[in-house]
Amino acid sequence: MSVAITDTDFENVVIKSALPVLVDFWAPWCGPCRGIGPIVEELASEYAGRLQVCKMNVDESSKVPAMFGIRAIPTLILFKDGEVVDQITGAVAKSTLAAMIEKAL
Amino acid sequence: MLYDAAVIGAGPAGITAALYLVRAGAGTALIENSAPGGQILSTAEIENYPGFPHAVKGWELADLFDAHLAEYPVERLRGGVLSVRPAEGRLFHLDLEEGKGLDAKAVIVCSGAQHRKLGIPGEEEFSGRGVSYCAVCDGNFYRGRDVAVVGGGNSALEEALYLSRIVRKVYLIHRRDTFRGAQIFQDKLRAAENVEIVTECVPEEIRGGAAGMESVAVRSRRDGEIRVIAAEGIFIYVGMDPANGFLPEEVRRDPAGFVITDAEMNASIPGLFAAGDIRSKHCRQVCTAVGDGATAAAAALSYLEHWNA
Repeated sequence: MSVAITDTDFENVVIKSALPVLVDFWAPWCGPCRGIGPIVEELASEYAGRLQVCKMNVDESSKVPAMFGIRAIPTLILFKDGEVVDQITGAVAKSTLAAMIEKAL
Repeated sequence: MLYDAAVIGAGPAGITAALYLVRAGAGTALIENSAPGGQILSTAEIENYPGFPHAVKGWELADLFDAHLAEYPVERLRGGVLSVRPAEGRLFHLDLEEGKGLDAKAVIVCSGAQHRKLGIPGEEEFSGRGVSYCAVCDGNFYRGRDVAVVGGGNSALEEALYLSRIVRKVYLIHRRDTFRGAQIFQDKLRAAENVEIVTECVPEEIRGGAAGMESVAVRSRRDGEIRVIAAEGIFIYVGMDPANGFLPEEVRRDPAGFVITDAEMNASIPGLFAAGDIRSKHCRQVCTAVGDGATAAAAALSYLEHWNA
Protein backbone atom coordinates (compact mmCIF):
# COMPACT_ATOMS: atom_id res chain seq x y z
CA MET A 1 0.00 0.00 0.00
CA SER A 2 1.20 3.47 -0.79
CA VAL A 3 1.07 6.27 1.78
CA ALA A 4 -0.37 9.71 1.00
CA ILE A 5 2.02 12.48 2.03
CA THR A 6 2.01 16.29 2.02
CA ASP A 7 4.53 19.15 2.25
CA THR A 8 4.28 18.87 6.05
CA ASP A 9 5.31 15.25 6.55
CA PHE A 10 7.67 14.91 3.55
CA GLU A 11 10.79 15.43 5.66
CA ASN A 12 9.86 12.77 8.21
CA VAL A 13 8.41 10.18 5.87
CA VAL A 14 10.75 10.49 2.89
CA ILE A 15 14.02 12.21 3.81
CA LYS A 16 14.44 10.44 7.15
CA SER A 17 13.24 7.05 5.91
CA ALA A 18 15.45 4.03 6.56
CA LEU A 19 14.07 2.37 3.41
CA PRO A 20 14.39 3.78 -0.11
CA VAL A 21 11.26 5.76 -0.99
CA LEU A 22 9.44 6.12 -4.31
CA VAL A 23 7.31 9.28 -4.43
CA ASP A 24 4.58 9.55 -7.07
CA PHE A 25 3.73 13.22 -7.69
CA TRP A 26 0.23 13.23 -9.17
CA ALA A 27 -3.14 14.99 -9.36
CA PRO A 28 -6.67 13.64 -9.68
CA TRP A 29 -7.34 15.50 -12.96
CA CYS A 30 -4.21 14.17 -14.66
CA GLY A 31 -5.00 11.33 -17.08
CA PRO A 32 -1.52 9.82 -17.33
CA CYS A 33 -1.33 9.90 -13.50
CA ARG A 34 -4.49 7.81 -13.37
CA GLY A 35 -2.90 5.46 -15.88
CA ILE A 36 0.20 4.84 -13.80
CA GLY A 37 -1.60 4.88 -10.41
CA PRO A 38 -2.50 1.17 -10.34
CA ILE A 39 1.04 0.25 -11.45
CA VAL A 40 2.50 2.23 -8.55
CA GLU A 41 0.17 0.38 -6.16
CA GLU A 42 1.22 -3.00 -7.59
CA LEU A 43 4.89 -2.09 -7.11
CA ALA A 44 4.13 -0.97 -3.55
CA SER A 45 2.88 -4.47 -2.71
CA GLU A 46 5.55 -6.30 -4.70
CA TYR A 47 8.38 -4.38 -2.99
CA ALA A 48 6.74 -4.23 0.45
CA GLY A 49 9.40 -4.27 3.19
CA ARG A 50 12.15 -3.19 0.79
CA LEU A 51 10.69 0.05 -0.56
CA GLN A 52 8.33 2.68 0.83
CA VAL A 53 5.91 4.04 -1.77
CA CYS A 54 4.34 7.48 -1.25
CA LYS A 55 1.93 9.58 -3.26
CA MET A 56 1.89 13.38 -3.16
CA ASN A 57 -1.09 15.22 -4.63
CA VAL A 58 0.41 18.36 -6.21
CA ASP A 59 -2.93 20.16 -5.79
CA GLU A 60 -2.61 19.88 -2.03
CA SER A 61 1.15 20.34 -1.73
CA SER A 62 3.18 22.74 -3.84
CA LYS A 63 6.38 23.34 -1.82
CA VAL A 64 7.97 19.92 -2.27
CA PRO A 65 7.15 19.71 -6.02
CA ALA A 66 8.68 23.18 -6.48
CA MET A 67 11.75 22.17 -4.44
CA PHE A 68 12.41 19.30 -6.87
CA GLY A 69 11.70 21.40 -9.98
CA ILE A 70 8.69 19.34 -11.01
CA ARG A 71 7.02 20.79 -14.10
CA ALA A 72 5.09 17.76 -15.28
CA ILE A 73 3.11 14.92 -13.76
CA PRO A 74 3.20 12.10 -13.18
CA THR A 75 6.80 12.41 -11.96
CA LEU A 76 8.19 9.59 -9.86
CA ILE A 77 11.28 10.28 -7.77
CA LEU A 78 13.27 7.61 -5.99
CA PHE A 79 14.97 8.70 -2.75
CA LYS A 80 17.65 6.80 -0.87
CA ASP A 81 19.10 8.09 2.41
CA GLY A 82 17.33 11.39 1.77
CA GLU A 83 18.92 11.90 -1.64
CA VAL A 84 17.38 11.74 -5.11
CA VAL A 85 18.82 8.72 -6.90
CA ASP A 86 16.62 8.57 -9.99
CA GLN A 87 13.45 9.96 -11.50
CA ILE A 88 10.99 9.33 -14.32
CA THR A 89 8.32 11.55 -15.83
CA GLY A 90 5.27 10.31 -17.71
CA ALA A 91 3.10 7.22 -17.69
CA VAL A 92 5.88 4.71 -18.36
CA ALA A 93 5.53 0.92 -18.47
CA LYS A 94 5.65 -1.08 -15.25
CA SER A 95 8.86 -2.74 -16.38
CA THR A 96 10.57 0.66 -16.75
CA LEU A 97 9.63 1.67 -13.22
CA ALA A 98 10.61 -1.73 -11.84
CA ALA A 99 14.01 -1.44 -13.53
CA MET A 100 14.58 1.95 -11.90
CA ILE A 101 13.72 0.48 -8.49
CA GLU A 102 15.86 -2.65 -8.98
CA LYS A 103 18.87 -0.53 -9.90
CA ALA A 104 18.59 1.49 -6.72
CA LEU A 105 17.79 -1.23 -4.19
CA MET B 1 -9.40 -17.95 -21.88
CA LEU B 2 -11.72 -17.69 -24.90
CA TYR B 3 -13.96 -14.67 -25.39
CA ASP B 4 -16.52 -13.89 -28.06
CA ALA B 5 -14.90 -10.51 -28.53
CA ALA B 6 -11.75 -8.76 -27.37
CA VAL B 7 -11.74 -4.96 -27.45
CA ILE B 8 -8.31 -3.34 -27.42
CA GLY B 9 -8.25 0.11 -25.83
CA ALA B 10 -10.68 1.77 -23.39
CA GLY B 11 -11.09 5.19 -24.94
CA PRO B 12 -14.51 6.37 -26.13
CA ALA B 13 -14.52 3.88 -29.06
CA GLY B 14 -13.50 0.86 -26.99
CA ILE B 15 -15.83 1.61 -24.09
CA THR B 16 -18.77 2.04 -26.48
CA ALA B 17 -17.92 -1.12 -28.41
CA ALA B 18 -17.65 -3.12 -25.16
CA LEU B 19 -20.93 -1.66 -23.92
CA TYR B 20 -22.81 -2.68 -27.08
CA LEU B 21 -21.20 -6.13 -27.13
CA VAL B 22 -21.94 -6.99 -23.51
CA ARG B 23 -25.48 -5.65 -23.71
CA ALA B 24 -26.03 -8.03 -26.64
CA GLY B 25 -24.79 -10.92 -24.51
CA ALA B 26 -21.32 -11.38 -26.02
CA GLY B 27 -18.55 -12.53 -23.68
CA THR B 28 -16.30 -9.48 -23.87
CA ALA B 29 -12.80 -8.63 -22.68
CA LEU B 30 -11.66 -5.00 -22.69
CA ILE B 31 -7.91 -4.50 -22.56
CA GLU B 32 -6.42 -1.15 -21.57
CA ASN B 33 -2.78 -0.27 -21.02
CA SER B 34 -3.42 2.98 -19.20
CA ALA B 35 -6.50 4.52 -17.55
CA PRO B 36 -9.97 4.28 -19.14
CA GLY B 37 -10.74 7.35 -21.23
CA GLY B 38 -7.85 7.49 -23.66
CA GLN B 39 -7.06 10.91 -25.02
CA ILE B 40 -10.02 12.60 -23.35
CA LEU B 41 -7.98 12.24 -20.16
CA SER B 42 -5.48 14.75 -21.49
CA THR B 43 -8.16 17.15 -22.75
CA ALA B 44 -9.15 19.95 -20.42
CA GLU B 45 -12.72 20.49 -21.57
CA ILE B 46 -14.91 18.92 -24.21
CA GLU B 47 -17.37 21.41 -25.66
CA ASN B 48 -18.68 19.49 -28.66
CA TYR B 49 -20.07 16.30 -27.14
CA PRO B 50 -23.86 16.56 -27.06
CA GLY B 51 -25.52 16.53 -23.67
CA PHE B 52 -23.02 18.83 -21.97
CA PRO B 53 -24.16 22.38 -22.84
CA HIS B 54 -21.65 23.90 -20.42
CA ALA B 55 -18.78 21.64 -21.51
CA VAL B 56 -17.46 18.70 -19.53
CA LYS B 57 -13.95 18.14 -18.18
CA GLY B 58 -12.10 15.39 -19.99
CA TRP B 59 -11.50 13.31 -16.89
CA GLU B 60 -15.10 13.74 -15.76
CA LEU B 61 -16.38 12.38 -19.07
CA ALA B 62 -13.86 9.52 -18.80
CA ASP B 63 -15.21 8.69 -15.32
CA LEU B 64 -18.79 8.76 -16.63
CA PHE B 65 -17.92 6.43 -19.53
CA ASP B 66 -16.13 4.11 -17.15
CA ALA B 67 -18.95 4.14 -14.58
CA HIS B 68 -21.46 3.34 -17.33
CA LEU B 69 -19.49 0.29 -18.43
CA ALA B 70 -18.98 -0.79 -14.80
CA GLU B 71 -22.72 -1.62 -14.69
CA TYR B 72 -22.04 -4.60 -17.00
CA PRO B 73 -20.07 -7.85 -16.70
CA VAL B 74 -17.17 -6.96 -19.02
CA GLU B 75 -13.83 -8.61 -18.25
CA ARG B 76 -11.45 -5.66 -17.72
CA LEU B 77 -7.78 -6.46 -18.31
CA ARG B 78 -4.96 -4.00 -17.73
CA GLY B 79 -1.70 -4.08 -19.69
CA GLY B 80 -0.34 -3.72 -23.16
CA VAL B 81 -1.22 -5.95 -26.11
CA LEU B 82 2.00 -7.21 -27.69
CA SER B 83 0.48 -8.95 -30.71
CA VAL B 84 -2.76 -10.03 -32.31
CA ARG B 85 -2.51 -12.99 -34.66
CA PRO B 86 -4.93 -15.27 -36.45
CA ALA B 87 -4.89 -18.68 -34.74
CA GLU B 88 -6.37 -22.15 -35.29
CA GLY B 89 -10.12 -22.50 -35.78
CA ARG B 90 -10.80 -18.95 -37.00
CA LEU B 91 -9.73 -17.56 -33.60
CA PHE B 92 -7.44 -14.68 -32.81
CA HIS B 93 -4.72 -15.03 -30.21
CA LEU B 94 -3.69 -11.96 -28.25
CA ASP B 95 -0.32 -11.87 -26.50
CA LEU B 96 -0.42 -9.56 -23.51
CA GLU B 97 2.35 -8.20 -21.31
CA GLU B 98 3.77 -10.29 -18.46
CA GLY B 99 3.33 -13.50 -20.43
CA LYS B 100 -0.46 -13.39 -20.38
CA GLY B 101 -2.69 -14.11 -23.35
CA LEU B 102 -6.23 -14.76 -24.50
CA ASP B 103 -8.23 -15.98 -27.48
CA ALA B 104 -11.19 -14.29 -29.10
CA LYS B 105 -13.53 -14.99 -32.01
CA ALA B 106 -13.63 -11.31 -32.95
CA VAL B 107 -11.30 -8.43 -32.18
CA ILE B 108 -12.17 -4.74 -32.19
CA VAL B 109 -9.07 -2.55 -32.32
CA CYS B 110 -9.62 0.79 -30.56
CA SER B 111 -6.01 1.47 -29.64
CA GLY B 112 -6.13 5.09 -30.78
CA ALA B 113 -3.19 7.31 -31.45
CA GLN B 114 -0.41 8.99 -29.51
CA HIS B 115 1.15 12.43 -29.72
CA ARG B 116 3.86 12.79 -32.30
CA LYS B 117 7.16 14.25 -31.12
CA LEU B 118 8.98 17.12 -32.80
CA GLY B 119 12.23 15.16 -32.94
CA ILE B 120 14.44 18.19 -32.26
CA PRO B 121 17.41 18.66 -29.91
CA GLY B 122 16.36 19.28 -26.31
CA GLU B 123 12.97 17.56 -26.62
CA GLU B 124 14.08 14.40 -24.79
CA GLU B 125 16.44 16.22 -22.46
CA PHE B 126 13.77 18.61 -21.17
CA SER B 127 10.89 16.13 -21.19
CA GLY B 128 9.09 16.71 -17.89
CA ARG B 129 11.23 19.80 -17.26
CA GLY B 130 9.55 22.05 -19.80
CA VAL B 131 8.47 19.77 -22.63
CA SER B 132 4.90 18.51 -22.26
CA TYR B 133 2.24 16.87 -24.39
CA CYS B 134 -0.58 17.46 -21.86
CA ALA B 135 -1.58 21.03 -21.03
CA VAL B 136 -4.28 19.94 -18.61
CA CYS B 137 -1.75 17.86 -16.66
CA ASP B 138 1.10 20.30 -16.52
CA GLY B 139 -0.37 23.76 -17.20
CA ASN B 140 -0.65 24.60 -13.51
CA PHE B 141 3.12 24.43 -13.02
CA TYR B 142 3.46 27.40 -15.39
CA ARG B 143 1.13 29.80 -13.59
CA GLY B 144 2.45 33.32 -14.17
CA ARG B 145 5.17 32.11 -16.58
CA ASP B 146 5.60 32.14 -20.37
CA VAL B 147 5.05 29.04 -22.50
CA ALA B 148 5.02 28.01 -26.15
CA VAL B 149 2.47 25.81 -27.91
CA VAL B 150 3.41 24.13 -31.19
CA GLY B 151 0.89 23.11 -33.86
CA GLY B 152 -2.02 24.34 -35.96
CA GLY B 153 -4.82 21.82 -35.47
CA ASN B 154 -7.69 21.73 -33.01
CA SER B 155 -5.59 20.28 -30.19
CA ALA B 156 -2.95 23.00 -30.45
CA LEU B 157 -5.53 25.79 -30.57
CA GLU B 158 -7.67 24.40 -27.73
CA GLU B 159 -4.72 23.84 -25.46
CA ALA B 160 -3.23 27.26 -26.27
CA LEU B 161 -6.55 28.79 -25.19
CA TYR B 162 -6.63 26.68 -22.05
CA LEU B 163 -3.06 27.71 -21.16
CA SER B 164 -3.76 31.40 -21.89
CA ARG B 165 -6.11 31.40 -18.90
CA ILE B 166 -3.36 30.13 -16.58
CA VAL B 167 0.02 31.39 -17.75
CA ARG B 168 1.40 34.91 -18.32
CA LYS B 169 1.94 34.59 -22.06
CA VAL B 170 1.44 31.95 -24.74
CA TYR B 171 3.45 31.85 -27.97
CA LEU B 172 1.53 29.78 -30.52
CA ILE B 173 4.08 28.49 -33.02
CA HIS B 174 2.83 27.11 -36.33
CA ARG B 175 4.69 26.15 -39.50
CA ARG B 176 2.06 27.55 -41.89
CA ASP B 177 0.30 30.90 -42.08
CA THR B 178 -3.17 29.37 -41.80
CA PHE B 179 -4.59 27.05 -39.15
CA ARG B 180 -6.41 23.76 -39.67
CA GLY B 181 -8.16 24.12 -36.30
CA ALA B 182 -11.75 25.35 -35.94
CA GLN B 183 -12.49 29.02 -36.65
CA ILE B 184 -14.08 29.47 -33.21
CA PHE B 185 -10.74 28.68 -31.54
CA GLN B 186 -8.82 30.92 -33.95
CA ASP B 187 -11.12 33.85 -33.18
CA LYS B 188 -10.80 33.33 -29.43
CA LEU B 189 -7.01 33.12 -29.67
CA ARG B 190 -6.75 36.29 -31.76
CA ALA B 191 -8.90 38.04 -29.15
CA ALA B 192 -6.76 36.84 -26.22
CA GLU B 193 -4.41 39.59 -25.05
CA ASN B 194 -1.67 37.28 -23.83
CA VAL B 195 -1.36 35.09 -26.95
CA GLU B 196 1.24 35.87 -29.59
CA ILE B 197 0.77 33.93 -32.82
CA VAL B 198 4.08 33.04 -34.46
CA THR B 199 3.34 31.68 -37.93
CA GLU B 200 5.56 30.20 -40.63
CA CYS B 201 8.12 29.20 -38.03
CA VAL B 202 9.52 25.78 -37.15
CA PRO B 203 11.02 24.92 -33.75
CA GLU B 204 14.67 23.92 -34.10
CA GLU B 205 15.98 23.49 -30.59
CA ILE B 206 14.74 23.50 -27.02
CA ARG B 207 17.31 25.08 -24.75
CA GLY B 208 17.74 25.30 -21.01
CA GLY B 209 19.88 24.56 -17.99
CA ALA B 210 19.91 22.49 -14.84
CA ALA B 211 16.58 23.92 -13.67
CA GLY B 212 14.81 23.05 -16.91
CA MET B 213 13.83 24.60 -20.20
CA GLU B 214 14.53 28.30 -20.74
CA SER B 215 13.80 28.97 -24.41
CA VAL B 216 12.92 27.57 -27.81
CA ALA B 217 14.75 28.56 -30.99
CA VAL B 218 12.48 28.78 -34.04
CA ARG B 219 13.47 29.24 -37.68
CA SER B 220 11.35 31.39 -39.97
CA ARG B 221 10.27 29.63 -43.14
CA ARG B 222 10.11 33.00 -44.91
CA ASP B 223 13.68 34.22 -44.44
CA GLY B 224 15.47 31.53 -42.44
CA GLU B 225 15.96 33.91 -39.53
CA ILE B 226 16.31 32.32 -36.06
CA ARG B 227 14.32 33.74 -33.20
CA VAL B 228 14.85 32.66 -29.61
CA ILE B 229 11.62 32.73 -27.64
CA ALA B 230 12.04 32.79 -23.86
CA ALA B 231 9.64 30.22 -22.43
CA GLU B 232 9.86 27.79 -19.53
CA GLY B 233 7.44 25.34 -21.08
CA ILE B 234 6.57 24.01 -24.51
CA PHE B 235 3.40 22.05 -25.26
CA ILE B 236 3.62 20.00 -28.43
CA TYR B 237 0.53 19.22 -30.57
CA VAL B 238 1.87 18.38 -34.02
CA GLY B 239 -0.32 15.43 -34.88
CA MET B 240 -0.86 11.87 -33.86
CA ASP B 241 0.69 8.54 -34.76
CA PRO B 242 -1.43 5.37 -34.75
CA ALA B 243 -0.85 2.84 -31.95
CA ASN B 244 -0.65 -0.08 -34.39
CA GLY B 245 2.56 -1.92 -33.49
CA PHE B 246 0.78 -5.07 -32.31
CA LEU B 247 -1.35 -5.67 -35.43
CA PRO B 248 -0.69 -8.48 -37.94
CA GLU B 249 1.33 -7.26 -40.91
CA GLU B 250 -1.39 -8.16 -43.40
CA VAL B 251 -3.87 -5.65 -41.95
CA ARG B 252 -4.32 -2.93 -44.58
CA ARG B 253 -3.34 0.58 -43.47
CA ASP B 254 -3.12 4.01 -45.04
CA PRO B 255 0.31 5.59 -45.66
CA ALA B 256 0.31 7.09 -42.16
CA GLY B 257 -0.37 3.66 -40.63
CA PHE B 258 -4.04 4.07 -39.70
CA VAL B 259 -6.21 0.96 -40.25
CA ILE B 260 -8.38 0.99 -43.36
CA THR B 261 -11.95 -0.26 -42.81
CA ASP B 262 -15.23 -0.26 -44.68
CA ALA B 263 -18.26 1.67 -43.42
CA GLU B 264 -19.08 -1.20 -41.03
CA MET B 265 -15.59 -1.00 -39.46
CA ASN B 266 -14.41 -4.30 -41.01
CA ALA B 267 -10.62 -4.31 -41.39
CA SER B 268 -8.98 -6.38 -44.12
CA ILE B 269 -9.03 -9.60 -42.05
CA PRO B 270 -12.45 -11.20 -41.36
CA GLY B 271 -13.33 -10.91 -37.67
CA LEU B 272 -11.00 -7.95 -37.12
CA PHE B 273 -12.62 -4.54 -36.74
CA ALA B 274 -11.24 -1.08 -36.04
CA ALA B 275 -12.94 1.90 -34.41
CA GLY B 276 -11.99 5.37 -33.24
CA ASP B 277 -8.74 7.23 -33.88
CA ILE B 278 -6.83 4.13 -35.02
CA ARG B 279 -9.06 4.03 -38.11
CA SER B 280 -8.14 5.79 -41.34
CA LYS B 281 -10.58 8.70 -41.47
CA HIS B 282 -10.77 12.46 -41.49
CA CYS B 283 -12.70 13.45 -38.38
CA ARG B 284 -11.24 12.31 -35.06
CA GLN B 285 -13.57 13.37 -32.26
CA VAL B 286 -15.19 11.78 -29.18
CA CYS B 287 -18.47 11.72 -31.14
CA THR B 288 -17.04 9.88 -34.11
CA ALA B 289 -15.14 7.44 -31.86
CA VAL B 290 -18.34 6.58 -30.01
CA GLY B 291 -20.15 6.12 -33.34
CA ASP B 292 -17.38 3.91 -34.70
CA GLY B 293 -17.47 1.83 -31.51
CA ALA B 294 -21.19 1.14 -31.79
CA THR B 295 -20.95 0.37 -35.53
CA ALA B 296 -17.99 -1.97 -34.98
CA ALA B 297 -19.82 -3.79 -32.17
CA ALA B 298 -22.89 -4.29 -34.39
CA ALA B 299 -20.70 -5.64 -37.21
CA ALA B 300 -18.85 -7.91 -34.76
CA LEU B 301 -22.14 -9.24 -33.35
CA SER B 302 -23.32 -10.07 -36.85
CA TYR B 303 -19.96 -11.76 -37.53
CA LEU B 304 -20.32 -13.77 -34.30
CA GLU B 305 -23.82 -14.90 -35.31
CA HIS B 306 -22.38 -16.41 -38.50
CA TRP B 307 -19.39 -17.78 -36.57
CA ASN B 308 -21.68 -19.64 -34.20
CA ALA B 309 -24.06 -20.79 -36.94
